[in-house]
Amino acid sequence: MQDEPTPVELTKSVADFLRSDITPLISGHQAFKLRVAINILDLVTRQLTQEAGSDAKEVERLRTLLGIDGSVTELNHALAERIAKGEVDLATPGLAEHLWATTMDKLAVDQPNYASYKRELGRGG
Amino acid sequence: MIETELSRSVARWCKGATGVTGAAKLSGGASQETWRFDIMHPKGPIGAILRRSPKGYGAAPTRAAGLAAEAQLMQLAFEAGVPSPRVMHVLTAEDDLGTGFIMQRVEGETIARKILRDDTFAAARPHLARQIGGILAGLHRLPLDKLPELRSRNATQEISEFERDYRSLNWPKPVFELALRWLRDHDPGPSVETTLVHGDFRNGNLIIGADGVRAVLDWELAHLGDPMEDLGWVCVNSWRFGEIDKPVGGFGSREDLFAGYEAAGRKVDAARVKFWEVMGTLRWGIMCGGMMQRFREGPEHSMERAMIGRRASETEIDLLRLLVPRGS
Repeated sequence: MQDEPTPVELTKSVADFLRSDITPLISGHQAFKLRVAINILDLVTRQLTQEAGSDAKEVERLRTLLGIDGSVTELNHALAERIAKGEVDLATPGLAEHLWATTMDKLAVDQPNYASYKRELGRGG
Repeated sequence: MIETELSRSVARWCKGATGVTGAAKLSGGASQETWRFDIMHPKGPIGAILRRSPKGYGAAPTRAAGLAAEAQLMQLAFEAGVPSPRVMHVLTAEDDLGTGFIMQRVEGETIARKILRDDTFAAARPHLARQIGGILAGLHRLPLDKLPELRSRNATQEISEFERDYRSLNWPKPVFELALRWLRDHDPGPSVETTLVHGDFRNGNLIIGADGVRAVLDWELAHLGDPMEDLGWVCVNSWRFGEIDKPVGGFGSREDLFAGYEAAGRKVDAARVKFWEVMGTLRWGIMCGGMMQRFREGPEHSMERAMIGRRASETEIDLLRLLVPRGS
């Protein structure tokens, strides 16, 4: 077991420092790059917070859908392959719901301000 | 200094020019650069843009038409009344500036978010979708026998190409697989008519002023193919910049786009437009994957590229909204 503060707390502290202390000092292209850097740290913080929970649910859905076990990466490879072969399609019960749930969890980490995501979130997750 | 070479060049082809001033690099990629500068002239300065591939630079990507073709297309478009900068000079060996061309600088805005939000463009915005329809009709009517040599791509070839690009990323994406299946199932086959296709006609590649579209830029992906490709690409959600209920670049409706296109005497095939919108959404998603790969393997290790890699999921939600819409 590693000591604390946790990775989330550490990453967040760096993002907060850059946002409040460094942003006012920088302009031009460097300011643009600083914003990108802060966005990266915010994304990492969201992933560290949410990934374990969303991966567990994703694996659960994939096991039911595919009838096999494996890591989240292995199961995604298996699903991709079955869709490519035409063995699984939108007529397969649970596929559409699975893809929607998985994609919403990805957007929650990658781009929670993306307009399409916010619209779909408004429909109830 | 690039101004030395530019001054020598303009003296040869711009009557009365006394030199150049204010050269500044606007963008530089792996194979191309864009510079702005002013030609000094007794009648007042002339705004100009240089697009070039400097000597010793890497070859352009295989999909690119090449700078010589770009110059020819922009000139043809200009002559046909399609809003386009006038090409002033195509570089020769004498210029010692590499390969490329110099064009007239058109004033206006290209940054999509500004065009969608600034008051300057408020009066123009409601008319842009229809205007774009008319411009695309003009572009698709450019005479084939005058075009430079361009690659030719139909829907079936494009699907195969994107599938190959996607597989080379070794990136398991069930939503992309679903989109590839959908595209194969809905492949409309070769179009009745083959025309010039701009290939990257979208909000972000247009110079817009208070009066509307002033110039169409970035012709490097021009090719021969299904004209409906351009109508689909301009509707891809990634180019609506948050204005998701206005499919045409965040400006307006498909109905307005189609009306502008048909008023200019050309026919719209709405099913094909939808096909190309799905294809375009997947295309941008795969390009995001390409950015991730270049971030990992390229020497620059750019943060921006890394973050574009994480935007592939935006195209996944947009593909689901197109192919498996819920609750509506």
